Amino acid sequence: MITEIGHFALILAFIVAVAQSGLGFVGAAKHHNGAMASSATAAVVQFILLLGAFFVLMRAYIVSDFSVINVFANSHTAKPLLYKIAGVWGNHEGSMLLWVVILALFGAAVAVFGKSLPSTLKSRVIALHGALGGLFLIFILIASNPFLRQIPVPENGQDLNPLLQDPGLAFHPPLLYLGYVGLSTTFAFALAALIDGRVDAAWARWVRPWTLAAWVCLTAGIALGSWWAYYELGWGGFWFWDPVENASLMPWLATTALLHSAIVAEKRDALKGWTVLLALLAFSFSLLGTFLVRSGVLTSVHAFATDPTRGIFILAILLIVIGGAFSFYAVRAPSLRGGGLFAPISREGALVLNNLLISVLAVTILVGTLYPLFIDALSTAKISVGPPYFLSVTLPLAVPLIILMGLGPLLPWKRADLAGVAGRLKFAGLVTIAVALGLGLFMRLPLLPILGFVFATWLASAVVTDLVQRSHRPGNGLGATLLKAMALPRAAWGMALAHGGLAICLAGIAGAGLQTEILTRLTPGQEFLLDGRRLVFEGVASVPGPNYTAQRGQFRWIDSAGKTKGLLTPEKRQYPVAKTATTEAAIRSDVLGDTYVVLGEPDSAGTWSIRAYRNPLAPWIWGGALIMAAGGLLSLSDRRWRIGAPHKVSAPATVKIG
Amino acid sequence: MTRKRRRIYFLLAAMIAGGGATGLILAAFQDNVTYFYGPSDLRTQTKTVGIRLIRLGGLVSPGSVRHDASGAIQFTVGDGKAEIPVHYRGILPDLFREGQGIIAEGRITADGVFTATTILAKHDETYMPPEVADALKRAGTWRGELQDKSQNKSIGPKQ
Repeated sequence: MITEIGHFALILAFIVAVAQSGLGFVGAAKHHNGAMASSATAAVVQFILLLGAFFVLMRAYIVSDFSVINVFANSHTAKPLLYKIAGVWGNHEGSMLLWVVILALFGAAVAVFGKSLPSTLKSRVIALHGALGGLFLIFILIASNPFLRQIPVPENGQDLNPLLQDPGLAFHPPLLYLGYVGLSTTFAFALAALIDGRVDAAWARWVRPWTLAAWVCLTAGIALGSWWAYYELGWGGFWFWDPVENASLMPWLATTALLHSAIVAEKRDALKGWTVLLALLAFSFSLLGTFLVRSGVLTSVHAFATDPTRGIFILAILLIVIGGAFSFYAVRAPSLRGGGLFAPISREGALVLNNLLISVLAVTILVGTLYPLFIDALSTAKISVGPPYFLSVTLPLAVPLIILMGLGPLLPWKRADLAGVAGRLKFAGLVTIAVALGLGLFMRLPLLPILGFVFATWLASAVVTDLVQRSHRPGNGLGATLLKAMALPRAAWGMALAHGGLAICLAGIAGAGLQTEILTRLTPGQEFLLDGRRLVFEGVASVPGPNYTAQRGQFRWIDSAGKTKGLLTPEKRQYPVAKTATTEAAIRSDVLGDTYVVLGEPDSAGTWSIRAYRNPLAPWIWGGALIMAAGGLLSLSDRRWRIGAPHKVSAPATVKIG
Repeated sequence: MTRKRRRIYFLLAAMIAGGGATGLILAAFQDNVTYFYGPSDLRTQTKTVGIRLIRLGGLVSPGSVRHDASGAIQFTVGDGKAEIPVHYRGILPDLFREGQGIIAEGRITADGVFTATTILAKHDETYMPPEVADALKRAGTWRGELQDKSQNKSIGPKQ
């Protein structure tokens, strides 16, 4: 019964979404306040209905109602509660439901918090949310309904893919979806502005916090996913250039570019057409990501086993939304005119270059990701494009990007004197050269890690230089400077953290290039050396888990004084219901890196194959990413987003189009 | 600085970036694309493949897996028509077992042995990598129905 209520709420939400869209568009076109207000209410109602449906599904999971096919296929009574809940979005149908819930959440958020928006713009944004929600709800109701029942009711479920039964992955999809779907708001803003015929500084200012919020979620979501892949897949790597990873990286890059170009649009009234284009592009990338993940067209660790009709359905939605948006842009954009002029060497110039480089980066990744699909469609050959391709295209683009990242924030708007800026970055340059020489001549590291460390140093020291220059005045002592630094706007600290976080992440990635891998075969009692660390293999024992049995190996890490520094217990888990096995790597982290041990298989003589890694600076990768996300959050809390955006913009800043 | 000049600068920068990226992509595709072969394809084309890094996909032949004392693993991958011996050093994926569809990445040597650097097995035992399914279809040994069905693990009536 309760399940039917959920199903009914889903159908009702579809009807409300259609009404929300219709009332919003008509109300905005006819300046009918009643219709616009109803559309805003519909947005809130749609969200409540979908949230209700979502909780109903979650309840079915918690009480293990196996008459619901979706629960039967993805759950089991013996599964821990956390994974019963996470199981809701650990499958195709449930994750699509989560997708529309979040979409409705953002629609409702605009309806509730968008008080300062011009009524027609707000109404169109809400209407577009309704239209998007409607499209996805048809898809869910027709091709991917999570509330379908079956008779007879099975005794027990088929269990969730054990790889997904993991705390990291329990939260990775919701976070990533918040980012993916959060871009819908930016997308709706861009389209609404094109319909409205007005893209101005105020518009850019409204768009920025939404973009920033989506960016924070994407950053954290990607970091969590990469961390999961690192410890759960047991390959010792953190990024595999898997199509689905790329599918999340592309919207992240587009959003990063958008964040920067929106600054120019807001502050300098330039790059408007481009900013709108990026806003459309960012959401298109996230739809493409959904398509790639959900349609199963690409071989990937992430692809849920899928059904081709769904792929075609999502492809159709993709074509309608992306095709429609870009055709509309093509018609309207030529009349968008930029205002503020600037010299090539200026902060605007640097941001333009940043945008160019990031966009090209996103496109090269797109080409590499889709190329196997094209080849497959055009010929009988099957190919795969792997890490070597991505490394060789992204590296040459990342280098100028990072140099520019250090330089950009120090450049003034409009026109800059390059020599002066170079002078201010003297210190950063000297530090960078010193690090380069030290690593190359004394530590004799390989070239790629050196490059990584050098650019990380450059970026970090440029960020510090920028902060010092903003807060230090000649004649002021340390105390006064610190006080001034504390008083800097949160947005300034936010940027410093985001850029500094990237520097830390970069150092972590460079550290991964110094990985030590040991592959050995041991009988209990034997030991091995991992990059100078003594690890004794003490044996393997069988340990029962809630819905699995594990073989747990024990390794004692002994320091030079003979004292135990820690125990590492990697496991191999057998899940009888899902009939799969997983590897749980044992990881010991410290500031300088991770010690990572994986248990392989035994042979008949009781010798185990063992793989162990020392991953220098590995925790920096995710630490850096989290600092970036924290920077975004800090910037989002800046008071200038809370004080009302200007209602009226001065005449020259407003451009009428259409 | 007029609008026109700014546009010229912008176009120049865009062309350099776009051109550079195209060059990079083409150069990278030249060297870094991994082709996929089924066992029968590889049997007939061993000479033309040379020492390129390739992917080999098929079913692990039952009874062929042997671990030797040094930690190396030998097995054969087949599609019902041809079998390729594979050598691998390392830890096998959790779902590697006999009869399972796998993808091995590595190089074929002159004596016809495939030296794998990576073995990929799907993390779902009913799943067949699409490339392997295609290779089996080409070799004419695809047992359609059963394997087809197993690919669609997600259930729910199709509309």
